[in-house]
Amino acid sequence: MIALLLRDLRLAFRAGGGFGLGLAFFLILAVLVPLGVGPDRPTLALIAPGILWVGALLACLLSLDRIFALDYEDGSLDLLATAPVPLEGVVTIKALAHWLTTGVPLVLVSPVLGLLLSLPVPAYGWLLLSLALGTPALSVIGTFGAALTVGLKRGGLLLSLLVLPLYIPTLVFGAEVVSRGAQGLAVGTPLALLAGITAGAVALLPFASAHVIRINLR
Amino acid sequence: MSSLWEYANPLKFMRTTDWLLPIVAVAAVVVTATGLIWGFFFTPDDFRQGSTVKIVFIHVPAAMMAINAWVMMLVASLIWLIRRHHVSALAARAAAPIGATMTVIGLITGAVWGQPMWGTWWAWDPRLTSFLILFLFYLGYIAMWAAIDDPDTGADLTAVLCLVGSVFAVLSRYAAMFWNQGLHQGASLSVAPGTRMDWAYKAPLYTCMVGFGLIFLALVLAGTRTEIRARRMKALVARERMA
Repeated sequence: MIALLLRDLRLAFRAGGGFGLGLAFFLILAVLVPLGVGPDRPTLALIAPGILWVGALLACLLSLDRIFALDYEDGSLDLLATAPVPLEGVVTIKALAHWLTTGVPLVLVSPVLGLLLSLPVPAYGWLLLSLALGTPALSVIGTFGAALTVGLKRGGLLLSLLVLPLYIPTLVFGAEVVSRGAQGLAVGTPLALLAGITAGAVALLPFASAHVIRINLR
Repeated sequence: MSSLWEYANPLKFMRTTDWLLPIVAVAAVVVTATGLIWGFFFTPDDFRQGSTVKIVFIHVPAAMMAINAWVMMLVASLIWLIRRHHVSALAARAAAPIGATMTVIGLITGAVWGQPMWGTWWAWDPRLTSFLILFLFYLGYIAMWAAIDDPDTGADLTAVLCLVGSVFAVLSRYAAMFWNQGLHQGASLSVAPGTRMDWAYKAPLYTCMVGFGLIFLALVLAGTRTEIRARRMKALVARERMA
């Protein structure tokens, strides 16, 4: 399983494009929003938590179809499915690789983008924490969506239609943590709910994803 | 009628619905027409809301069926995943567009009602928001069915999607409630004492709800029959090609 993780990471780093794409998208979004909304700092500060979370969501979405598509095309997914490693484990590793190559970089650059959007100072810690807690859920849910659409020729659009509604709870609680943090309110409840969604998704969704892949490989 | 599972046999299902469907369809039209005419013309105006209150006779039954249709799809998906009865998968497929339409009817009548009452067509109220989210789930489910050629694979994938989607739809509902306190009133109907609705409204409303339920049943039966015929036609064409 570690070998699989390393292989996926190497592919993501070396096989061009995929790795930096999400980050670049995130950056562009943070530049475009002030251009569209206007440079008024209080307004930007008000919408910054939501924009950053929606940006993270969309950036995650960009790289989802790469999780299984290449392996499906060259047949390595069939090999993985018949390997002695349980398919649920393979799916979890795939999600982990996606999180390491997309989620973690997003978490790390988010304070810089918060600066661009004039996010209030007390919110930075909560932004980092909420994204760190929430992005694993995004990767795991996205892996489920990618598994559903793996056999389809033009699955990309369908993938976003399927996955984005599933992202709603994560988005609501994640953005709530940041905006409450920005106003200096208590963030315990949304933070706990966010962590709960992530824990539940990580624990249960790999089974659904593995089942779906078995159907698609049939 | 020895067991419900007999109707998992498409032939038996078709034979039974041959005579059942016209009855249900006629009953649906009669009951809904009765309820709506009763509600629109033979109930008094509300002392605060005036005649706008009468949109309740479409709004509440549609909203109820929007949720019930999803629950029915969930049950049908479970039956398909566990017992692999094709009729069940096809019924789930047939129910989705109807549920989506009911959701849209609920949203539109709600907007039309909300404009004079709340002074706005749309508010990010938890109930409204979760209905819009439910509509998105319907869209995803329908698009998933449309995207897959092989019917069995499609049935399997959409069934899993329906199960996972149900969990997330409920989560979204509570997330929306957490996220914003709303304008929408609480439950209009309740068995608890001190209910807020008079029988003058309740009786036609119940009639409309039964009518909408019958409409849904008739449309699902018709849709399932269409799906079964389409499957049969495909099989015949395939056999023709083999020969």
